[in-house]
Amino acid sequence: MSYEIIGITVLWLFLYGYVIVASIDFGAGFFAYYAKVTKRDHIINQIISRYLSPVWEVTNVFLVFFFVGIVGFFPSTAYYYGSALLVPASFAIVLIAIRGSFYAFENYGSKQSNVYMFLYGATGLLIPASLSVAMTISEGGFITEENGVVSLKYWELFTSPLAWSIVALAIAAILFISASFLTYYASRANDEAALNLVRKWALFWATPTIIMALTTMIALSQRNQRHFDNMLELWWMFGLSMGFFLIAMGLLYIGRNYGMAFIAIMLQFFFAFFGYGMAQYPYLLDPYIHIETGVTNESMAIALIVAFIGGLLLLVPSLILLMKLFLFNADYAKGKK
Amino acid sequence: MEFDTVTVSRLITAMTLTFHIIFATLGVGVPLFISLAEFIGIKKKDKHYELLAKRWARGFIITVAIGVVTGTAIALQLSLVWPNFMQLAGNVIALPLFMEVFAFFFEAIFLGIYLYTWDRFKGKYTHWLISLPVVIGAAMSAVFITTVNSFMNSPAGFTMENGKFAAVNPIEAMLNPSAPTRIAHVLGGSYLTVAAILAAIAAIALLRKKGAEDYHKKALKLTVASMLIFSVLTAVAGDFSAKYLAKHQTEKLAAAEWLFETEENADLLLFGWLNEENEVVGAIRIPGALSFLAHGDFMSEVTGLEATPEDERPPLWIHYMFDLMVTIGMFLIGISFLYAILSRFKRWNAHSKFMLWMLALSGPLAMLAVEFGWIFAELGRQPWILRGYMTVDEAATSSPYIIHMFFMFLALYLVLGTLFVITLRKLFKDNPVELELEKHYLELNKGDEK
Repeated sequence: MSYEIIGITVLWLFLYGYVIVASIDFGAGFFAYYAKVTKRDHIINQIISRYLSPVWEVTNVFLVFFFVGIVGFFPSTAYYYGSALLVPASFAIVLIAIRGSFYAFENYGSKQSNVYMFLYGATGLLIPASLSVAMTISEGGFITEENGVVSLKYWELFTSPLAWSIVALAIAAILFISASFLTYYASRANDEAALNLVRKWALFWATPTIIMALTTMIALSQRNQRHFDNMLELWWMFGLSMGFFLIAMGLLYIGRNYGMAFIAIMLQFFFAFFGYGMAQYPYLLDPYIHIETGVTNESMAIALIVAFIGGLLLLVPSLILLMKLFLFNADYAKGKK
Repeated sequence: MEFDTVTVSRLITAMTLTFHIIFATLGVGVPLFISLAEFIGIKKKDKHYELLAKRWARGFIITVAIGVVTGTAIALQLSLVWPNFMQLAGNVIALPLFMEVFAFFFEAIFLGIYLYTWDRFKGKYTHWLISLPVVIGAAMSAVFITTVNSFMNSPAGFTMENGKFAAVNPIEAMLNPSAPTRIAHVLGGSYLTVAAILAAIAAIALLRKKGAEDYHKKALKLTVASMLIFSVLTAVAGDFSAKYLAKHQTEKLAAAEWLFETEENADLLLFGWLNEENEVVGAIRIPGALSFLAHGDFMSEVTGLEATPEDERPPLWIHYMFDLMVTIGMFLIGISFLYAILSRFKRWNAHSKFMLWMLALSGPLAMLAVEFGWIFAELGRQPWILRGYMTVDEAATSSPYIIHMFFMFLALYLVLGTLFVITLRKLFKDNPVELELEKHYLELNKGDEK
């Protein structure tokens, strides 16, 4: 395999990791606020904060990891995406900053505050919206380059059905992933009341997720024929994705094996996410950044891959330890430890 | 309104960094002291130290939160505000940036574990062991990110062919000539600053006489002893940095010391200011000291600013930054040394009002020195973003929206800064040491009263 393929594959894996952990986190923030408004916070907030407290920081790193990695492997992404995304990405930074620090302020500092809760919930839905702009513009036609100045066509972006489909898909998927994870976590904690509530949410959000996925496909076919055709060729990946979705729905519906259900959902998104990414090949930004010409020099690519491997050897055991202590430790989830 | 995107780009980065380094410095240093306190607590079976570790850790979470989010901001802003720079330099300097994220990741994982497992392990040392990856991760991220910054000051590990980098050697770029001394100075300075800040907290608590004296005195002993060690180490590393500058980055040292003409036996200037004709007024001159500082020899030749073309010279006001940083450093050495001597002899009082006041001052002063030092280091390489290769004008974004982003971030940092202070105050005011000692460490409190 060539460097650029290894590079983009690992980066895509990390982005996928971010999508999963961030979805859980973002969705949990929204549900926590929603439960508070509907006066059901006593049922689920305990579960949510026990899960989130030790891991919220890790979530953030996944994003930085992807970001630094892609700029390292493909420096021209810094030029094009960096120039074009100044505004949406800056918004995302501000939202992430509000979210992260307010979480700490609320949980470790002051008493429960409605304002913090609201901001925590709201930013969780706005961050994916602002980050998904990057997804949209990668399809091409949203940026111009004149006299060495790269700029984003805002009007084009705001009137694009594809952009809105992606935003809606991101939000629906977040709520779906998060609710099904919380279902699993509540079942680990043997918390019947919380389980019933979040299971209902998971079942509810499944429908908009699938609808938005289809809408996005249609919008994509109008925007970027090449990408769409490539996706059709990878039909089996999306088929697998659909299959896992049905398995997950079945398990959630009959109400058992929530762990398996969540794994099925992870696989559902894994195949959809990788199918989407593979179909975009060979462009990182249609048509400005071609994966082969955009890649960094050979010695840096090798160094980065070595760093990847070394880093993963360090990270994977640590992550497993973290999960063992907090995620798969029934006593912790129940609140006994 | 017309405005200059380059200036705004510089301002936005300066603002983010000025804000971030407060929390970054704390982030590097505090874990070391939490770990030290916990270790001493276990070793001496002294619950006071255990409580110190716990209380420091509690305040640390709030600090980390802001450190993480502003660090994320910097990571993204590098590409958003300086896209041309990242496109060029990314080819050479991606490795340490990347490794920094790994170190950060590592730290984040173990910090989460550390904070939530105080009473979960049987062996007392198990929990303490978890603090080590946090300390190491924090230090390593400082090391890696400093190599990136050093690269911008002393680019190495590539050759230039037709405006493009060729023959890239990532390791050589990372271990560029200025990296070792700067890493030592940054790490030492961070530990020093945090020691000073924690000492200041204890000193203020003692000044306010609200009780728990033993607890605060132990905190003071630990932190001021560290202050002494790290202030000396930082000064030594600083001296090496100056020698490096004298050799390889002459314009920075010359601007810092207002040395316009190349001279043998050059004087060191303390304070003073420049008049209209760019002549130095009111400075204290130490004959030959600059030569000694630069090359370890009073008679050696120090290169002046004249050797640098006029449009490649850094601003002259960095002299003030340099002076302030060094003066504060000397003050910190002096005050911690004095405390060490006073506390050695029983009949002297190391906790007199004067000493406590000086120690209370040293915390904020140390943090100011960090800021001054960074301003000196960063402005000292103007107009370059990549010394000798790319100026900041060529590197900045051309987006007209940068000015809006500036105000957006300004508002963000104002809000975060304010809430940080409010939250920390509340956290410690609602749960003072005296109360916590009474609640959870009853046996200790009785000991205090005896």
